[in-house]
Amino acid sequence: MENILHIIPEIFIFCSALILLILGLFIKNIKLINNLAILSLLIAVALVINQPYQSIYLNSYVIDEFSSLFKIMIFIGSIVTLVMFVSSREDLHINLYEFPILILFSTLGMMVMVSANDLLAMFIGLELQSLSLYVLAALNRNSLLSSEAGIKYFILGALSSGLLLFGISYIYGFSGNTNFNLIAVNYNSESLGLLIGIVFVLAGLAFKVSAVPFHMWTPDVYQGAPTPITAFFALAPKIAAMGLLVRFLFNSFGELYLDWQQIIFFISIASMMLAAFAAIAQTNIKRLMAYSSIGHIGYALIGVACVSSEGLRSLLIYLMIYLVMNISVFTVILSLKRNDAYFENISDLSGMYKNHPFTTILVALMMFSLAGIPPLAGFFGKFYIFVAALESNMVFLAVIGIIASVISAFYYLRIVKIMYFDEPKEEFDGVNIRSLQVLFYPSSFLVILFFIYPAPIIQLSEYAIKSFY
Amino acid sequence: MNELPILSILILLPIVGIFFMTLIRNNNDQSSNNLKHTALWISFLNFLISLYLLFSFNQQDADFQFEERYFWIEYGISYHLGVDGISILFIVLTTMLVPICILASYDSIKFSVKEYLIAFLALETFMIGVFCSLDLVLFYLFFEGGLIPMFLIIGIWGGERRVYSTFKFFLYTLAGSVFMLLAIIYIFITAGTTDVSYLLDYNFTRNEQIVLWLAFFASFMVKIPMWPFHTWLPDAHVEAPTAGSVILAGVLLKMAGYGFIRFSIGFFPEASELFAPLIFVLSIVAIIVTSLIALVQEDMKKLIAYSSVAHMGFVTLGIFTFTVQGIEGSVIQMISHGIVSAALFLCVGVVYDRLHTREISRYGGLVSKMPMYAFTFMIFILASLGLPGTSGFVGEFLVLLSIFSINTYFAVFATTGVVLAATYSLWLYRRMIFGALIKDDLSEMLDLTRREIIIFVPLITLTIFIGIYPKPVIDIIEPSAKKIVSQVNGKLN
Repeated sequence: MENILHIIPEIFIFCSALILLILGLFIKNIKLINNLAILSLLIAVALVINQPYQSIYLNSYVIDEFSSLFKIMIFIGSIVTLVMFVSSREDLHINLYEFPILILFSTLGMMVMVSANDLLAMFIGLELQSLSLYVLAALNRNSLLSSEAGIKYFILGALSSGLLLFGISYIYGFSGNTNFNLIAVNYNSESLGLLIGIVFVLAGLAFKVSAVPFHMWTPDVYQGAPTPITAFFALAPKIAAMGLLVRFLFNSFGELYLDWQQIIFFISIASMMLAAFAAIAQTNIKRLMAYSSIGHIGYALIGVACVSSEGLRSLLIYLMIYLVMNISVFTVILSLKRNDAYFENISDLSGMYKNHPFTTILVALMMFSLAGIPPLAGFFGKFYIFVAALESNMVFLAVIGIIASVISAFYYLRIVKIMYFDEPKEEFDGVNIRSLQVLFYPSSFLVILFFIYPAPIIQLSEYAIKSFY
Repeated sequence: MNELPILSILILLPIVGIFFMTLIRNNNDQSSNNLKHTALWISFLNFLISLYLLFSFNQQDADFQFEERYFWIEYGISYHLGVDGISILFIVLTTMLVPICILASYDSIKFSVKEYLIAFLALETFMIGVFCSLDLVLFYLFFEGGLIPMFLIIGIWGGERRVYSTFKFFLYTLAGSVFMLLAIIYIFITAGTTDVSYLLDYNFTRNEQIVLWLAFFASFMVKIPMWPFHTWLPDAHVEAPTAGSVILAGVLLKMAGYGFIRFSIGFFPEASELFAPLIFVLSIVAIIVTSLIALVQEDMKKLIAYSSVAHMGFVTLGIFTFTVQGIEGSVIQMISHGIVSAALFLCVGVVYDRLHTREISRYGGLVSKMPMYAFTFMIFILASLGLPGTSGFVGEFLVLLSIFSINTYFAVFATTGVVLAATYSLWLYRRMIFGALIKDDLSEMLDLTRREIIIFVPLITLTIFIGIYPKPVIDIIEPSAKKIVSQVNGKLN
């Protein structure tokens, strides 16, 4: 019995998902189910914080500072999504009680992902997460775009899972092990198969974090999926996949980093540059945010490519800031509603500041923050990424990074331009729903006022990487 | 020192003002007047505090004063403020110009007054922060942060091509500055800290100095701006509202000059010495070329903008002579230019508010209708071309003196700039003020209002005071300038 208690948060989420699934059959009050799901996530936060750090089940499952921090970030992402669901479920035709339950299952999968220290545990977590996400993306059955997004994501996701499994089979075949810590023990220069395995696993994971060249699904899925789910895509799964990527690379191949560093190096540069250019031409704000997220993943990957404690620290700082910025932006996207109809075109924002001065200045500041302009939080994220890059002598990566950030400043500024400099269109609802305000204002102020005392976040990320360095 | 954290107060007061202003509802003329008065009083209070700072400043002490240091991000990056004889003048210049700008926008800003004033006060915070910070990360934070309000000021309240101009302004300066960011990070990694007072004693290797110097140069060159990266400035000036131009010319350009003095030659003396000829050549080209360009301008603001580039050429010339006179001259030239060009833009604003055009040929013969305006404009035109007895002369004279001691040829070329400045300035004046008053709509023009007189009186006083009796200003600069020069020479030998 004691063994099971080690993973009490996971079990708790699992049980509450099952109970809610059954409850949902009898209780037609979707809001209640949703609130119960939020409550169980909140309880899970408390459980994760109080968990003892250890590695369990023959070292295939690790609970450490790193996984706990990631789990809390994932919980925040899930809670935000559920809160967004409350306000928009009817208008978006996703008023189904499965929504919170699927989110819970997906969250459970992500929890397994960030704690997994074994190829099989990793795969189980990934698939649980992905299967829930496929359904979520296609949840609006009446919408062609949503169905398309679901199908597209499913097919490409299945392909990437295939690649991942293929890579796992190579790794297992050449090392005889599935545990992260043992895979590379017998590694030598003749283990070409192992190297192929790493490449395929990385390809599968790059798909999950939507790094170039495995990013193609992102814009379509972001655009097609109902907005709360798009927000969920941006907030939780990428962060979880990033945690998994780090653990896979650092725990198993930490000392052999020369073999995979260049792969990360390449996908990081490709992500930053492609996103910077591709986003310029976007007219749909959700597509734009998709490219923006690709770019941000590119920056975060610099932190991985550094293979140093500074690199990991900067990665964590970056992901935390990215999470908060995205919460703010997506709550605004969710409140773009005119005459009970949502709109997603950037040009519909024009002259927004006339009618919503306060919201607009916050959104504008979020855009500056995403572009990495000081003194906003986004700047500190990039600052630490570049500190890590220069400390590892990756000047080239840093220079590409800053060039990409100047280019990407252009499309963020374009949104500011449309909101401020263009002629106003008719009024829209704005962030007027209480549940969205609860998300929007704290996250925005956190980003804006972050510079006053950034030290806690930095110390927290230093604390969280203790198990690696 | 357990005194009042006066620099933090200077930085934070505008933010407090913003907070109060967000509470004021802006729905009618009365409330928008309240907003204007609030902003004016806040910025004027800040000016008074900066005067207190100036008078309690110890002129004999060349070290940083009023220092404040708190733990901020992590070890090595702290919230460190302090002023010396050079930065204190810029702070006072900033706090003086902001109330003037707010006063100048009383009538010209017709919509979104609240946002405008908030942007201005935020800008003031950033500008003061730039001149006080003694930590590179903090400096960068303020240096770049100022882009956000300026982007909005030009973009929202600017002229017809405001979007193009503000994007150009933002992206040019951002592209320049990011290299400085990398350099700052590199300094943080190698030296272990970004504390300016520590780094001034730190010795970088020659190769490091060259690369870092170039990275800082990329940022300051765009910002000051030096030829050939000056093209954003005329665009930004032309499209910005009057007060935006005033701040841009008066303070934002000086950030880069200050950066050259404090960081480029302070941290990297060897590289500065190596690249000094490059700076001289670029500056002289800037002085001559932009003066010639200024000659053919049809737009008043563009003309003054190009003349700014030329004047900034003198500043960079003076800084890189590494002489006490040169640095003093540069600082005085910057202060003087901050006052004079700001006043010139205000003069343009006066007629623009009345006729809504900046085309020089639309004016002529204003002297008969606007004698007071003609007088004011004359003083600043003369100060701009460096007439003895005005502040413009002192700075230019000291710079030319210092450059003569380095290289006669450079000095000769630089001096031609003075002649050209006289040409375009006086010609501008002749076309606008003198001649016959033949255009009908000009005969309706009213002379300066009381508000405009209040704006110009302090500027005229300062221009003439510094011109006739520059000693108080030089006394403030001298110890710090001497210290910088001796530090540079000490590192070079």
